[in-house]
Amino acid sequence: MATNKPVDVVIVGFGWTGAIMAIELAQAGLNVLALERGEDASTVPNWAYPKVVDEISQSARNGLLQNLAKSTVTIRHHKDDRALPYRQIGSFKPGTGVGGAGIHWSGVHSRVMPQELRLRSHITERYGRNFIPEGMTLQDWGVTYEELEPHFDRFEQVCGTSGKAGNIQGSKLDGGNPFEAPRSHEFPLPPLTDPPTSALFAKATRELGYHPYPLPAANASRPYTNPYGCQLGPCNFCGFCSDYGCINYSKASPQTTILPVLYRMPNFALRTQTHVLKVNTDSAGKVATGVTYVDAQGHEVEQPAAIVVLAAFHLHNVRLMLSSGISQPYDPDTGKGTLGRNFCYQLLNSVNLFFNQNVYINQFMGAGGVGQAIEDFYADNFDHAKLGFIGGGVIWGRQTGNGPVRGIPLPSGSPAWGSGWKAAVKQNFLHTGRIESQMSNMAYRGCYLDLDPTYRDAYGTPLLRMTLNWQDNDLRMSEFFGEKLSQIGKAMGATSQSGRVLKRGDNWDTRAYQSTHINGGTAMGADPKTSVVNKYLQSWDVSNLFVLGANVFAHGIGYNPTGLVGALAYWSAANIRATYLKNPGPLVRA
Amino acid sequence: MSRPARNPWLIAALALIVAATAVVIAVVHHIPDVAISSALAQRTPDVARGEYIAVLGDCAFCHTRAGGPSYAGGLALSSPLGTIYSSNITPERDTGIGAYTLTDFVRVMRLGVRPDGTRLYPAMPYTAYARVSDEDLQDLFGYLQSTIAPVPLASRASDIAWPLSIRWPLALWDAAFHDDSGFVSDGSQDPQWNRGAYLVQGLAHCGTCHTPRGLFFEEKDLSGRSNLYLSGGRLDATSPINLRGNSGDGLGRWSVADIATLLKSGRSEHSAVTGPMADAVRHSTQYMTDQDVAAIAIYLKSLSPAPERGRASFVASDSTAGSIMAGSERTPGGRIYLDSCAACHRLSGSGETSTFPTLAGNSSVLSSDPSSLIGVILEGARAPSTAAAPSGLAMPGFGWRYNDADIAAVATFTRSSWGNNASPVPAAKVAKIRDQLRISRPEY
Repeated sequence: MATNKPVDVVIVGFGWTGAIMAIELAQAGLNVLALERGEDASTVPNWAYPKVVDEISQSARNGLLQNLAKSTVTIRHHKDDRALPYRQIGSFKPGTGVGGAGIHWSGVHSRVMPQELRLRSHITERYGRNFIPEGMTLQDWGVTYEELEPHFDRFEQVCGTSGKAGNIQGSKLDGGNPFEAPRSHEFPLPPLTDPPTSALFAKATRELGYHPYPLPAANASRPYTNPYGCQLGPCNFCGFCSDYGCINYSKASPQTTILPVLYRMPNFALRTQTHVLKVNTDSAGKVATGVTYVDAQGHEVEQPAAIVVLAAFHLHNVRLMLSSGISQPYDPDTGKGTLGRNFCYQLLNSVNLFFNQNVYINQFMGAGGVGQAIEDFYADNFDHAKLGFIGGGVIWGRQTGNGPVRGIPLPSGSPAWGSGWKAAVKQNFLHTGRIESQMSNMAYRGCYLDLDPTYRDAYGTPLLRMTLNWQDNDLRMSEFFGEKLSQIGKAMGATSQSGRVLKRGDNWDTRAYQSTHINGGTAMGADPKTSVVNKYLQSWDVSNLFVLGANVFAHGIGYNPTGLVGALAYWSAANIRATYLKNPGPLVRA
Repeated sequence: MSRPARNPWLIAALALIVAATAVVIAVVHHIPDVAISSALAQRTPDVARGEYIAVLGDCAFCHTRAGGPSYAGGLALSSPLGTIYSSNITPERDTGIGAYTLTDFVRVMRLGVRPDGTRLYPAMPYTAYARVSDEDLQDLFGYLQSTIAPVPLASRASDIAWPLSIRWPLALWDAAFHDDSGFVSDGSQDPQWNRGAYLVQGLAHCGTCHTPRGLFFEEKDLSGRSNLYLSGGRLDATSPINLRGNSGDGLGRWSVADIATLLKSGRSEHSAVTGPMADAVRHSTQYMTDQDVAAIAIYLKSLSPAPERGRASFVASDSTAGSIMAGSERTPGGRIYLDSCAACHRLSGSGETSTFPTLAGNSSVLSSDPSSLIGVILEGARAPSTAAAPSGLAMPGFGWRYNDADIAAVATFTRSSWGNNASPVPAAKVAKIRDQLRISRPEY
């Protein structure tokens, strides 16, 4: 096996977290190498107008997503089931290539609610220890919102996020989210203009006594130059965000916000088409010596490095940890072991609203992150005492753009084909909107990740196995949100509603898109007995290994995770720069 | 039988031919002398300064093949006669300039004549470098000789076919057109202006692209004596803009700061660079000091307008945006604009600050020769990534999507909207540029 020249830092995966870590450590003067399994890509030519706005190649055929024929995961609902491979994209959409999922995300750019980072303590304090149901493995994250705030702020500045602050350093501001945790600064750009769905949603929820605010969107509302000097153009509401690369330099992605500057640095290198097989460690398993990858020609190559950063997508990070034998795998029977524990997801209820002919929604236009939202039922912003569940979510009226191939929603009872279907499409297309609730998925003893005993990927490595299903707590919550959605839809003036609300008895359906917001498996925390990485995202067992991504979440949250994932990467990088580089070793004594 | 009478005219003509041939032979075989200040002998070359001179002269770009070793040459440069390849100027003795003396170097830089007497094609801008000072050339020579790694790589012969490949007639071209008189400063102007003039006329060799050329490919003005200097040129399939004070296609509406910003970043609020100028910014102007960029801007801004005849005008107007919003814009060009251009360049044609260039009042759009505009629409464009504007924003090409008539229609629309008033673009012109750029036609 060939061995490359050692580098200071090797970064596995080159999406958001890889790009953030790469530029922060390269700016600190380190020699940084990023390894990316996919190809390089940039706005022109890869997402050039008009070729990329092709619903068949991008939405139907998943042009930007991981090739499941090469590597996938297996899935089962319960540990006594046999897991089967996820052979077609459905419930979640792992990206691939330079930019990763940061290319095809929608742009919703939230933070985290401070109480979510210490949900176990918070629930215990407010409702008593017994309020947490048996089998729910809630735990605190070991990091506080106050510690992360400068890094949330930084990531928003980098993305040119459009929004309106509701709370700057403790003073409440009109027009923003009244439930918002204190921010150090206003958003870098003002909110995007409300499309019709969002305007109707804001009016209706306000009348119902709720508190609508413009959802923060990493879709630029104005021309913008970020702190690195990268330039973003304003969004034109073309309606091709989620599933698509942005044609307009408007949606924040590694390509639009970081890479142009990183690529100018002589101490940074990128190697694409490199699939990392494992993290190598010394004989004691205490020091990472580098990684082994397979190059485009199929040759195994060893890349030595002083610091190893796992920055691939959630699934691949967890799988790499398992394949590398770092940390003890979780055992659901004994509850021992940390790796693979607290694997969580997110629940999405989606309701289509059909309006009269005089109400124009024009659903063909929109932007991924644009919308109005309420957080009256987010996390513990509302009293759960009599509700019988823990958790919550955000309810929004977004308008993300829709077209025929992505599916035209019609009122229940409409014909599914033929001239009757066409007539219904003609009658409804311009008058259909959508509201949704996105809700937290708590952590459970029986939901976890491990290596599949049967199936292997194209490289001969066992696939990651997911064991996960919706639990009673979460489905009760979903039913609660279903009622709120129906109430809001009616108040918006919809003449009929259709859609999907998860209810008790429902199982996780891997065929229908739910969200790509899977998380957990290498939880962060203050206790090495229940977490894989410490609060700085440093492996408890191998101190020169840092693990980024939503896999470090200790349990699910209600928000879209990118804002938190980016902030955690900046937080980790800042601590590596400030402390680790001066004195390599554990940043927290176990 | 009488002997045929001797024809005195014939004899005279023959004598003249012999004499002329002798003169020609003398001219073409003569290795001209260059004057260098004797003070240079006492002066030590400043290598660090020489590196900056190389930046000012943009030497590395032309003398380095894409992906090839620095300064080892091999970059293809098109000329009216055929493709020429830049030469190896590393200090390698046999294939580079390692055996050159300073005098040899100055001769090649100012006169385009190699030590062996071979004449260079004026693709090497010795026509401009003739105005570079002795000290600058000495420092540049010192830098090239002492810092650059020698690369043994024979310079590639040109693709110019015989007999045009015969080089000696270039001596006649030089005799007719080359002005090696050196830079003359203008005592009526301040040192900053003179510094700008020195750079523009010499090292930065702006006129090589931006000054119109005559029948024999000679620049019509090499040193700003007339208002044709820098009044817009032609290079391959592009039309370098008029840098004089015309308010339509020139820099009349630009401020000194706008010009400086463009040279440092690749863009200003009036335009963004594309094509060969993007290379110039990428490799040269972005690295110039703020003082030098300011000096260049001041000098350019001082240039009087070129003759207005045949040039476009611009008077800002919102009538086009108004007619689009009213739904009354029904020209084919306008419809294509709405479909494929307006998302970035907006209905107002004004683009967006620091991202999408304005088309309203854009000198390149208004150029009397629309080649650059056509080329950008056909093959797209990419701004250079600079420290001041790192993103390297790009526009996709539309040549694969629209036929020549469509491209001509949308080019004409942009040249006649928002207050732009430039001549229409014929489809035949698009066809010609398309063929030059080798962009295939849409399959319909």
